[in-house]
Amino acid sequence: MTAEVARADRPELDIAAQVVELVARLAGASAQAEVVVTRAELALTRFANSAIHQNVAESAVDVRLRVHADGRTAAGGGSTVTADGLRALVERVLAATRFTPPDLAWPGLTPPMPAPTSAEWDAATAYAGPDERAALVRAFVDAAGGLETAGYCRTAFGAAAFANSAGQVAQGRTAEAAMDGIARAGGADGTARLSVDRLADLDGAGLGRRAAAKARAAADPVELAPGRYPVVLEPAAVADLLQNLSWFGFNGKRYAERQSFAEPGVAQLDPAVTLVDDPLGAAGLPFDLEGTPTRMLTLVDAGTTTAVAHDRRSAAEVGAESTGHAWAGSPTFGPIPRNLRLVPSGTAGTASTGAVGSTGAAGGTGTAGAGLPGGGGPAAPLAGAVADPDTAALVSRVQRGLLVSDLWYTRVLDPKSLVITGLTRNGLWLIEDGRVTRAVRDLRFTESYPRALGPGAVLEVGRRAVRQPDREDGVWWEAPSLRLASWNFTGGASG
Amino acid sequence: MSEFDAAGAAVQAALDAGARYADARVMQRRYESMSARNGEVEALTQDESVGLGVRALVGSSWGFHAVPELSDRAARDAGHRAARIATASGLVPGPPVDLVPSPPVTASWSSPCELDPLGVSLASKGDLLVAATRTMADHGADLAEGLYQVWDTTKWFVSSEGHRIDQHIRECGGGISATSIGDGETQRRSWPSYRGQYGTTGWELVDSLDLTAHAARIAEESRALLTAPLCPAGETDLILGGEQLALQIHESVGHAIELDRILGWEAAFAGTSWLDLAQLGSLRYGSELMNITIDPTIPGALGSFGYDDEGSPAVKRDAVRAGRWVGVLAGRDSAAVAGLDYGGSVRADGWARLPMVRMTNVGLEPGPHTLEEIVAATDEGVLMDVNRSWSIDDKRLNFQFGCEIGWEIRNGRRRRMLRNPTYTGIGPLFWRSMDMLSSEIISWGTPNCGKGQPGQVGHTGHPAAPARFRNVRVGVRA
Repeated sequence: MTAEVARADRPELDIAAQVVELVARLAGASAQAEVVVTRAELALTRFANSAIHQNVAESAVDVRLRVHADGRTAAGGGSTVTADGLRALVERVLAATRFTPPDLAWPGLTPPMPAPTSAEWDAATAYAGPDERAALVRAFVDAAGGLETAGYCRTAFGAAAFANSAGQVAQGRTAEAAMDGIARAGGADGTARLSVDRLADLDGAGLGRRAAAKARAAADPVELAPGRYPVVLEPAAVADLLQNLSWFGFNGKRYAERQSFAEPGVAQLDPAVTLVDDPLGAAGLPFDLEGTPTRMLTLVDAGTTTAVAHDRRSAAEVGAESTGHAWAGSPTFGPIPRNLRLVPSGTAGTASTGAVGSTGAAGGTGTAGAGLPGGGGPAAPLAGAVADPDTAALVSRVQRGLLVSDLWYTRVLDPKSLVITGLTRNGLWLIEDGRVTRAVRDLRFTESYPRALGPGAVLEVGRRAVRQPDREDGVWWEAPSLRLASWNFTGGASG
Repeated sequence: MSEFDAAGAAVQAALDAGARYADARVMQRRYESMSARNGEVEALTQDESVGLGVRALVGSSWGFHAVPELSDRAARDAGHRAARIATASGLVPGPPVDLVPSPPVTASWSSPCELDPLGVSLASKGDLLVAATRTMADHGADLAEGLYQVWDTTKWFVSSEGHRIDQHIRECGGGISATSIGDGETQRRSWPSYRGQYGTTGWELVDSLDLTAHAARIAEESRALLTAPLCPAGETDLILGGEQLALQIHESVGHAIELDRILGWEAAFAGTSWLDLAQLGSLRYGSELMNITIDPTIPGALGSFGYDDEGSPAVKRDAVRAGRWVGVLAGRDSAAVAGLDYGGSVRADGWARLPMVRMTNVGLEPGPHTLEEIVAATDEGVLMDVNRSWSIDDKRLNFQFGCEIGWEIRNGRRRRMLRNPTYTGIGPLFWRSMDMLSSEIISWGTPNCGKGQPGQVGHTGHPAAPARFRNVRVGVRA
């Protein structure tokens, strides 16, 4: 661990400043340069068939440079931080600026401004070893009670610094851990996942128990005819909504191009919906790739769209200011909120550790059971499908609908209306008279996300948000369960 | 020290730390991309990355570690840490791991390249994108976008069994897209596909695409689509263009025949497969016209290489022959588990990533028809072309695709343009309904195939041609 700590303590800011100085020396003081230096330690222990089959760790360094000289802009990156390597990077980017067409929309550099300090980061997480991750996997596997399991345990550490030739500097560190797994029972899967700041806050056994209970409850599914159904979406499924709303709706580039549904000032979503991007809500970096300080940004306030995310270029295009959302992909894909939270109802606030381990069934406070299929009375509740009391409360108020654990392979049919198709995964259940009564085979849906969340469409927002890890470390989606009036299922698993 | 020396030091360190097998890849990659929008260059990026990744097998458990340095100390440390990680994997052990034989070779390989993509001046590449996007904007596109990408990768592979292989692979491609924005929806047309066509080849590929020649047409089509009638909903005969059929192959055949998925190794993320190894050699996958090969030897196709990232030489194999499932994409360890005798389809997307089962070139052999013959033989149906959206379940059965443009087919002729064409189905039922296949094969390149945790982006090729499918559900919408 000592060697790892020593490597992480190298001064990224010194390297960034060195590159800025090199640009000035080679291209003159008028050249505008911005540099981000990132060191990362990423480790991921992956298991399948209840055994660790892939186990990786990576030490990486990345220097990203953008230069605007003589009215032209180019960018480049490299993994070599020797003097020769840095000089080669600078020369390469400067050479590129000479051959590119003029950049008439250059938004200028971020001026000097104070950046907040990093949130507290956990060194034990940053430098966790493979034995610690394997122990969590062991606990998940053992807690599944003999069911086949698969998933991963991940730890990540990043140290980054920014400098530009306008004098802006910033630096920060971040650490996080995540676990995401499934248990499998008779062809049915149950899932449990969580993103945390501290590895010590991951409960492998609790997650394993939850996944196993849901897998058992998902066994022997029945076919259900496609159509519109009221739904309760669990946090993993809601995370998909947040991700797609971020990429295609609250994306400043798409907004500037008129490809987004977002219209600031307009009540576009249900009053129950408040969406906040909160990069500092977990151990995130306090600045973006352009050196703009990151901060909490309310995108939707009680149903009314209030903002979209901007980097400096998209902001300049619409006469706004950067919201600190520049990232490596923003020149192409646009600035995107990547730490989005659906604010829970009530005063419970967020619960980043969720209700791990709770496997209680839906409560019995449902409304009358009229309209049940087959004309029978209320069916017996199915234990294990509902993983926490918060979701159980939402389920209890559904007369007939579906409980959705997770969404999969969602893709956009049209970005402006944000019509998306995808499938349910890792558990789908029929709710009758406020109780989960039977497992259902996965369904395909085709739905406009803004419409599904539109005024009058959100019947209830849960009280406990759970932070869901993204495929990329540093990105997360935090949400409680959600009860919606209608979801458009357009096909069954068999066609 | 040389790149081979660094890889060798990492392998030796892993063996010294207790590994019974180890391999290492040093990779140096230069990446360049430029994008333009509405007649102006939007972004230019040039990246260069170099590092070493080493894989160690201790007992029956794997470990992998990667570092961005090639010094002797860094290489040995990486090898040692890979072995330590493998030892930790043994805390949750699996069944015994074997590797199917891959004879050790000393070899060099380079992909064919007439015109070095990084040697073409930035000015001329920028002029191309500026001219094409300006033309699209002048012909009605609200958003005119152009893009090219270049990857220039050199890698050095060493294994504890004696492999010593270096390869130089150059890949590039590009394309243009026109988007028209209407009241509440957008319509897009692309050439030759969204974000472009790619190959393991030189800039001659981009030259052959003749982007500017197609700019005006696709801009006008995107505008016309805003007022075109909706694709009707129901069951009908479906004719797919080659570009769309390439993605259909990728999603519903290529991923389904990945052996790691079949064995459950991707169950929690990418998913499994509907295929059962017990049916390999007997399962009816599609119609008699369906002949799918796994062929990394196709010159210029995006999934081509000389050796995979386990040192196995590129070999052409059948995946589906006359509609029957006969082959898989495999690696040395997964093949051993399955009782097969071949790997050859394992790759990593860079020095920092673990090699895993990936598609190479997975595609159709030519059929006996032409697109015009297929249209002429169709009384009623829809022709769809150029992918717009794609979604498939975790077993690779239930799919739904959207295309940029549709055409009504009636009485053997192409009639009205149709907007928002979509189709849906179940993989094997769909492939069994293919009754006409064109001979007009193109090896389409897919440079954005996501798989693995941490995520990896694979480059795959898919030979495909227009084909007809009977009684397909079309026109699915919200």
